[in-house]
Amino acid sequence: MSSTSLTTGRAWRPTLARRHVPVLATLALLLVMYGIGVSQYRAFSGIQVVFNVFIDNGFLLVVAVGMTFVILTGGIDLSVGSVVAMTAMVSAALLQDGVPAALVLVVALLIGPVLGFLMGCAIHFFDIQPFIVTLAGMFFARGMCTFISDSSIPITDGFWTAVSQERIGDPRGNFVSVSVLIAFAVVLVAAYVLAYTRFGRTVYAIGGSSQSALLMGLPVGRTRIAVYTVSGLCSAIGGILLSFYTLSGAPLIAVGMELDVIAAVVIGGTVLTGGSGYVFGTVLGVLVLGVIQTLITFDGSLNSWWTRIVIGGLLFAFILLQRLIGIRFK
Amino acid sequence: MNGVADRFRRLTGHRLFWPALVLVAMIAANAIHRPGFLSIEVKNGHLYGTPIDILRLSAPLILVALGMTLVIATGGIDLSVGSLCAISGAIACLYISEAPDQNSLASVFTALALAVGAALVLGAWNGVLVAVIGIQPIIATLILMVAGRGLAQLVTEGQIITVNSGPYRAIGLGHVLTLPLAIVIALAAALLVAAFTRRTALGLIVESVGGNAEASRLAGIRSSRTVFLVYVVSAACAALAGFMMTANVSSADGNAAGLWVELDAILAVVIGGTSLAGGRFSLGGTILGALLIQTLTTTVYAMNISPQTSLLFKAVVVIAVCLIQSPAFRATLTRRRRGGAPRPELRQREKEQVPA
Repeated sequence: MSSTSLTTGRAWRPTLARRHVPVLATLALLLVMYGIGVSQYRAFSGIQVVFNVFIDNGFLLVVAVGMTFVILTGGIDLSVGSVVAMTAMVSAALLQDGVPAALVLVVALLIGPVLGFLMGCAIHFFDIQPFIVTLAGMFFARGMCTFISDSSIPITDGFWTAVSQERIGDPRGNFVSVSVLIAFAVVLVAAYVLAYTRFGRTVYAIGGSSQSALLMGLPVGRTRIAVYTVSGLCSAIGGILLSFYTLSGAPLIAVGMELDVIAAVVIGGTVLTGGSGYVFGTVLGVLVLGVIQTLITFDGSLNSWWTRIVIGGLLFAFILLQRLIGIRFK
Repeated sequence: MNGVADRFRRLTGHRLFWPALVLVAMIAANAIHRPGFLSIEVKNGHLYGTPIDILRLSAPLILVALGMTLVIATGGIDLSVGSLCAISGAIACLYISEAPDQNSLASVFTALALAVGAALVLGAWNGVLVAVIGIQPIIATLILMVAGRGLAQLVTEGQIITVNSGPYRAIGLGHVLTLPLAIVIALAAALLVAAFTRRTALGLIVESVGGNAEASRLAGIRSSRTVFLVYVVSAACAALAGFMMTANVSSADGNAAGLWVELDAILAVVIGGTSLAGGRFSLGGTILGALLIQTLTTTVYAMNISPQTSLLFKAVVVIAVCLIQSPAFRATLTRRRRGGAPRPELRQREKEQVPA
């Protein structure tokens, strides 16, 4: 009698902790880094510093949310950075040709999902590894960028500049941009979809074991294709936000962004084999990257390449953490 | 008639048929487009010409892809090779640029040894992560892919280090026995790897580990040691490729050296018929794949298209090759062909039944 209660008591705690440990670790890391920042630099404690992290990383956040869907199914999407660049590039090129802003938005938001849908179909119907298919998507999108134009195209459209310069904030001068609000909306929708809809739960089920999901009668194929479409849509939104941020489309923008995005998702506690993770964790992961950049900017003596080394180190630490938790559970 | 069709079918069924066909078609198209394409001439006792250029420029890719082939054969993947190229090139260039006499052979060899040593350490790090800690290869090597660029820039301190060293330049541009030194090095490495994998049991062991690591371990193969080894070999190959890339331009740029070479290498391996799932590999196919990619790049340059746009063509090639290699796609294709023309279906059925 007492032994059973002991085992259930023992089993209960790690089960709860296992799912939440990575996210909690990220939260702790974020708080520690913010604490270091505040204690070292007086200007760091201002609210605007936090807002700026969001303003500078709004597009990264949106793309990372899309990537969370893909990684939750156990796949990977390498094309996101290029799709972001392509969306920004297409918008800039169309606006330059005098196409109305509303139409440009629609077209730009369609390209990403269509490419994602096609990649999802190739992955599902022809059973090719996601890695290779999205690699081809990455090449394709990046090639399209330079095909459209070899050089950067500035955006002078009224709507774009208005959105880009709009500051939403309190009278004391703290503000966020429209992009941040869009990013928050995407995060909330994604969190709701993943947690409370049939589609979201299927995503987790496929990540846990696609074979079991199939045997359970879940629409594995449709969901897998949908996941890459969602990632494409998020990349497209990210591309629009980036074009708001930079007011231009450049063929070589967002090179290597897929790495930052994957790093953010992993640091946010999503397990790369799929099946476990939260959108909230991804938000924390993006914030960690943002705060690292801010800290290095504030420091001044450290060079930009330290960002990459620190991100690599964090990636290692979090993957190790996931691995250790996984071992203990087995 | 039947014999010819049979032989044809066996030929098209060979895994190197389609890549070889594409390569030949591309060379033919080039030769028609530019009559001077295939001409090779001898100047100062060295061979010159576009085909030689393609060979020379594909040498780094062949090297990287060789290591990648072994890694993929074990069912893994090594994303860090591009960063490793940058790091090894940076270390070698840094050492040479600070040497009192940049042209002395001794300092060049010391620099190479240092850089290869660093690459081996980093390869061992990858190997430990994958083989000992048991992290998914794509993730384990992603760490070094991200951090490696930072490390390379740390070595060069964000600058582009230029060297003015004859012996080092020779790695990229020198000639031996009328052939470019780079291609001789790449061929030597390929022969060495081939000898070690195909003339000893090593290749078989690598394939069996890729097929099923656990079963191989139970069969008495030291799986984790084999996996560890292939990552170290891959790092060493990447280091050599890094020397060639930096020697070609006599400078080390932490950002640009070896950028996206990991993707090209994976592409070359896949085109060469090595399955990404592991379990079998073809070194000859990999070399063919690397040559195909370099020919494609050169073709695109020759057509005056911006180098970035060549990515578009690469995307088409990747998808085409993957689709052709995908059993699901082949099945769909055959079904459709049979559905469209019912008569051949009957004949094919008969043909399939005869040997059975």
